[in-house]
Amino acid sequence: MPQGVLVYLEHRQGSIKKPSREALGCGRLCADATSQELVAVAVGSGVESLAGEAGKAGADRVLLVDDPALAENSIAGHGKAVAEAARKMAPALILFPATVEGKDVAAWVAAALDTGLATDCIAIEAKDGSFLARRPVYAGKAILTVKPTKLPFVASLRPNVFAVSARNGGGAAEKVAFEGTGAGRVRTTEHIAAAEGKIELAEASIVVSGGRGLKGPENFSLIEELARELGAAVGASRAVVDAGWRPHEEQVGQTGKTVAPQLYFACGISGAIQHLAGMSTSRTIVAINNDESAPIFNVATYGLVGDALEVLPALTAAIREAKNG
Amino acid sequence: MRQVVCVKRVPGTDTRIKVGADGRTIDAANVQYVLSPYDEIALACAVELREKHGGEITVLTLGPSEAQKEMRTCLAMGADQGVLLTDTTAFRDPSSTAVLLANRLKDLPFDLLWFGNKAADDDGGQVGVRVACLLDLPVVTFVTRIEAAEGKITVHREVDGETQVVEADLPCVLTAQKGLAEPRYPSLKGIMAAKKKPLEEAAAGDAPSHVEIVSLAPPPPRPEGRIVGKGLEAVPELVRILKEEVKVL
Repeated sequence: MPQGVLVYLEHRQGSIKKPSREALGCGRLCADATSQELVAVAVGSGVESLAGEAGKAGADRVLLVDDPALAENSIAGHGKAVAEAARKMAPALILFPATVEGKDVAAWVAAALDTGLATDCIAIEAKDGSFLARRPVYAGKAILTVKPTKLPFVASLRPNVFAVSARNGGGAAEKVAFEGTGAGRVRTTEHIAAAEGKIELAEASIVVSGGRGLKGPENFSLIEELARELGAAVGASRAVVDAGWRPHEEQVGQTGKTVAPQLYFACGISGAIQHLAGMSTSRTIVAINNDESAPIFNVATYGLVGDALEVLPALTAAIREAKNG
Repeated sequence: MRQVVCVKRVPGTDTRIKVGADGRTIDAANVQYVLSPYDEIALACAVELREKHGGEITVLTLGPSEAQKEMRTCLAMGADQGVLLTDTTAFRDPSSTAVLLANRLKDLPFDLLWFGNKAADDDGGQVGVRVACLLDLPVVTFVTRIEAAEGKITVHREVDGETQVVEADLPCVLTAQKGLAEPRYPSLKGIMAAKKKPLEEAAAGDAPSHVEIVSLAPPPPRPEGRIVGKGLEAVPELVRILKEEVKVL
């Protein structure tokens, strides 16, 4: 009888990335609702130190699949390791963060276990011995509710939606040997870090995005300054990425990234459906646009009708003053 | 270099989505279907690689018979032949799709198997990796650049916060990210040539689903917003809101 919740820990440089701690928070609630245990699994090389952090974020136990062959994140290597751990534990629910790595490993694990997967969920509920998952589809134009017809159920969770648990589960560590092969067919030869201090768009709690209303690439410095003042990540509309003003890693929207920060600034962005697809579940949206009839104002929590080139420097200065005052 | 590109027919990204009478799938009346955008990017990249390395490109899809239209578009965009596995299921569970594609792929040898990184309807991004697992092949996702050499490929991929340079042995599975290639819209010459290229149509068969759709619904409406003001004069009020209501300062 499948029991318990297993959560995949995505980690970098000795610490668990925030979307995985959020997944533990969701896992904690599901485990409590079913009176079952919450187990975390960390895969890689030198992962012992993650057990304590996982415990503080709610895990009762932590499985450590520690092997030099798993140092680099190969989907097959990590997928096989997690699938093996899941076969031994037989959980009812397996959770992943819906980050690039999390989504990939989730899909491999679901295929290896021949079971269902719901991607990028915004809600999970334990119900009647099973689960319900809600996830945006059609670029966020609709919400699909699904339930598994077999357990375990695998789900990846949208970052910035679920809360990190305050409960320390203890995080008792258990080493698990890696019995898989095939981790060597994909080799990461280089990591090119984003510019120093650049905040990751997918995890940022504040995002400041710019669009064509900025009139030219040189004016994006106004977006960067506001972002710096707020400790925010920088985003961009498709139009300015296609025009070559900004790199596509910054694109928010249907063919870019989906973000769900606490606060999203849309500056000089009209609000086409494809852009909204990437940000419409942000908690608070502030829109700055010269055109009163721009569709972005239909989703904005607060709107300011004005020229972004004029408003942004004034806003940045006023925020700096408010913080220091 | 033998390449297979898996593509999907999806509602156009401008479509107004209406929930159908069953409360579980969309109302397909008046929906314009197109090739999923990331799949077009994958196909464009395959065409560029064929220009450098030769070989053939097969496009494969699981879809209704009407998907012949999208398959002819792929042939016009440069694919050499197409395989359409006909399936009338409205919103097939990706685990089932992956099994059906993997079954057919056993008879379609390839060096590179392409997918878009996600389909523009389900937004699930599962099928490419699932197929790689079922065929036990290396898979690299979110590819933004690719070079092929003897028996292996070197790609750039975009991962949250960094770019990775990755090598993979062939055969392998790849998923395309924006920036990898620009889709080439069919020329008249391409469209004419497409009519003569082979397009095989066969029943997809069936495979079990592991997830059931409970409901499809419009998203919850956002709480009513307000215009704070116009121009520079509105800045102090916006800052007050950020401090006292949004509490970020």
